[in-house]
Amino acid sequence: MSPQEIRAGVIDTLLGIAPEVEADQLIAGKALRSQVDLDSMDWLNFILGLHQRFHMDIPEADYAMLTTLDAVVAYLEARLD
Amino acid sequence: MRTDVIRKSVAALRVEPNLKAGDMAGASFSWAGIRDELGVSPGSPMNIGQLAVDRHAHGDAGTRTAFRFLPVEGAPRDVSYAELARLSNRFANALRSLGVGRGERVFVLAGRIPELYVAVLGALKNGSVVSPLFSAFGPDPIATRIRIGECRVMVTTAGIFARKLAALRESLPSLQHVLVVPEPDGTPVPAGTLDLAELMAAASDEFTVVPTGPEDPALLHFTSGTTGTPKGALHVHEAALTHFATGRHALDLHADDIFWCTADPGWVTGMSYGILAPLLHGVTSIVDEADFDAERWYRILEAQRVSVWYTAPTAIRMLMKAGPELRRRFDFPQLRFVASVGEPLNPEAVWWGEEVLGLPIHDNWWQTETGGIMIANLAAFDIKPGSMGLPLPGVDALIVRHADDGQVEIVQQPDTVGELALRGRWPSLFRAYLGQDERYRKCFAGDLYLTGDLARRDADGHFWFVGRSDDVIKSSGHLIGPFEIESVLLEHPAVAEAGVIGKPDPTVGEVVKAFVSLKPGFEPDDALRRQLLGHARKRLGAAVAPKEIAFLPTLPRTRSGKIMRRLLKARELGLPEGDTSTLEAGA
Repeated sequence: MSPQEIRAGVIDTLLGIAPEVEADQLIAGKALRSQVDLDSMDWLNFILGLHQRFHMDIPEADYAMLTTLDAVVAYLEARLD
Repeated sequence: MRTDVIRKSVAALRVEPNLKAGDMAGASFSWAGIRDELGVSPGSPMNIGQLAVDRHAHGDAGTRTAFRFLPVEGAPRDVSYAELARLSNRFANALRSLGVGRGERVFVLAGRIPELYVAVLGALKNGSVVSPLFSAFGPDPIATRIRIGECRVMVTTAGIFARKLAALRESLPSLQHVLVVPEPDGTPVPAGTLDLAELMAAASDEFTVVPTGPEDPALLHFTSGTTGTPKGALHVHEAALTHFATGRHALDLHADDIFWCTADPGWVTGMSYGILAPLLHGVTSIVDEADFDAERWYRILEAQRVSVWYTAPTAIRMLMKAGPELRRRFDFPQLRFVASVGEPLNPEAVWWGEEVLGLPIHDNWWQTETGGIMIANLAAFDIKPGSMGLPLPGVDALIVRHADDGQVEIVQQPDTVGELALRGRWPSLFRAYLGQDERYRKCFAGDLYLTGDLARRDADGHFWFVGRSDDVIKSSGHLIGPFEIESVLLEHPAVAEAGVIGKPDPTVGEVVKAFVSLKPGFEPDDALRRQLLGHARKRLGAAVAPKEIAFLPTLPRTRSGKIMRRLLKARELGLPEGDTSTLEAGA
């Protein structure tokens, strides 16, 4: 899967939880939760959504790495190899 | 081995508990005694801000850390009692320079940043009434509360202002001043707002506290009912007596404690116990500015040497999910007392505390309206897992039944379910629902405050929560009114009817689920579902908006036309639908 496809998948997962997000307004290097109104439950659902879409387990210990859109894409890319 | 009761031995506790079995007879407790301890003589002025901060600001006590703020990234920032006194004086002077005085409403809308705590305490010292709003609210809940509360000053951040307030400003005539915490990068504050940092820098750090009386309003907390607009519960300065007494009795605070209340000050727990009670005791509080993260939270317990921890069932369940291995990577021997509030803590979670965390978790019960903890599991007392605990000294809790003639009868028989009621007028009992006298009066029967919660009392005097007597949704410990959500959904052009329920969820208690029927010409597909979800989230914010939306051809209504939320819920749960005799035919 190319980084572009991963990024598109991440954004679509996010939009399933927070459809009000305007994807082209997201700053990829800035913390997602400072740009998108996500409560704890939304955040867990987002990670669960990534797990389902990309068919991989994301251990709780890794959650802290998933801060920005870039970081999420890089994490998934490394894990999908 | 798991038993019905977790036994306690006072001798095994690491510190002498503040409340022991012999103290529960109540003879030694009086509110006047608590007032004397706080150094307030009868008939003298009383100001929560002064009692919480200035009382500890001088001499050695002043050097003690009042708050340790943990930013999302970077080094902690400590604020001593002496510094907190000076900062809150500056804020009070800043308000005064704007002509904001006694009784006027100052709202705060921000994350857990130092400026919010300073603003709350400074506004109280100025005699103004403080109303905190949860920063995850969307524009609609914010505007509704500003209107009901006639907010004159709003303290917020540049980011929140731009996203949630800027577009509304013109429609809120009461709102005269918006004080904005500037962005760290030096960007000028938005047009029409004032730079809080500049105002603070220009203000003196000396201030004479406004001599408020015990019955002068101090705090305005919004809560939700089943119908209509949110209710603004008004509390007075005398509430400090309850905050102090319950900090001692229910949280077992001692002078050298490091206390961590994880609640956000946008809600009543974060105000009463995240700000006021620990300050009234002169202890150090930890404030974490970041969102929940299991590993981070364990690290805070360890690194900050937290001794007393007050948290919530949702957080505990998320720690349980994170697994015992994570817990075992951390060591926090200073932790000696753990309490929880927000919704009933299931026995499994109480036992998880005992078996995995290393300490049992003490559930307690109270409401926005009660202003402070009323019923609690206590440090020196056995715990019945799943129980709310015992009424605290100064609290007279009863179970009542509503008779057919409208009268309220007290239920004496143990283990009988009825409405939980509290007798008397304790210091932190709310004194009004702002502008809604009728709704306020309906909460009382004689000298009984009727809580709206169903409960039972067992033969040993322990109370057990049963449920709400209305349709209010409890998610992550916060009350959410279905009406506010339904109203926003109905404003979408595709929606004909909307009914909102709390769907049981193992982690957060209940999640908000909306059922909608559509107007002719709209198709119930995923694109529309997303559109409605986005509409609701934009208007209401993540904390209030539904997590799930389902389409139905029509919604069940009573003959009088009211949507039957209970039936929607029963169907969702696959339960028997109960008495449907008032149901509209065909629904």
